[in-house]
Amino acid sequence: MEELALHILDLLENALAAGARQILITIEEDEDRDLLTIEVRDDGRGMGAETLQKALDPFYTTRTTRKVGLGLPLFQATAAQCGGNVTLESRPGQGTRVVATMKLSHPDLPPLGDMGATIAAALSREEPVELVYHHRRGQKEFKFSSAWLQLHLGEVPLNCGPVLDWIQRYINKGVAELYGGEGK
Amino acid sequence: MKSLEELQKIKETQLEAIRLREAGQKAKIVVGMGTCGIAAGAREVMSAILDELGKRRLTNVDVTQTGCIGLCAQEPLVDVILPGKPRVTYGKVDANKARQIVAQHVVNGIVISEWVVNRGEE
Repeated sequence: MEELALHILDLLENALAAGARQILITIEEDEDRDLLTIEVRDDGRGMGAETLQKALDPFYTTRTTRKVGLGLPLFQATAAQCGGNVTLESRPGQGTRVVATMKLSHPDLPPLGDMGATIAAALSREEPVELVYHHRRGQKEFKFSSAWLQLHLGEVPLNCGPVLDWIQRYINKGVAELYGGEGK
Repeated sequence: MKSLEELQKIKETQLEAIRLREAGQKAKIVVGMGTCGIAAGAREVMSAILDELGKRRLTNVDVTQTGCIGLCAQEPLVDVILPGKPRVTYGKVDANKARQIVAQHVVNGIVISEWVVNRGEE
């Protein structure tokens, strides 16, 4: 994966596949501690201890279409390469929490990438999902909530082209402002 | 708050579309979003589709996604389902192909045969 946002999309897909109705994404960039933390928490069906142990193994998957999973192991590899780690917490029926840490100054750290496209992709589904994205960078922060957006939209669904397109641009503008840019 | 005004406009257009729409008369585009799809560029494909739909103000198209369907070597995969027509699956789609699929297939109803990997039953 060329971007952290693509790893995040993969985690979001896992959460959605696990039947999550609420997903919380938190990204924290702490320059003082030279630490990047990415957390994805969901209320999906969760995993038991045995599955949890196997989840970082590339040759484990719950899918039936092929024999390798690779999503989480790829993320683990990226984190490890950048002086960090991925930890998983999960309980059956209570959801899953994935936390990745990385060294912010690490030369191999992939760019954050297109968070707007990632969240638009995750929201492009028929089953409604409540998604909160919270991004802190030093003193600045950006927060997006799909529930807030749905309140504005009323009966208009999120998963139509123009709305998803708007979400993508809105988030990318918000994230760009965290980095001091004006955004597009 | 320019972007919120824009959202308001989108809402009004969509509401109008909902009022005009007959049940089941909606086209659907499905993008494969398994790990295989994501790694192959499915998200950029979806972005391109959303951008194209936005530009053309196509309000009667649902954009949705699915996991890995087992055709990993053909990812990114895009399904187009027009009302009353069988599902058409395109393989190895990139942003540029995605825009052409919207223009040719979704708007004009012309299937781009050379990129098709599977067709549903009639």
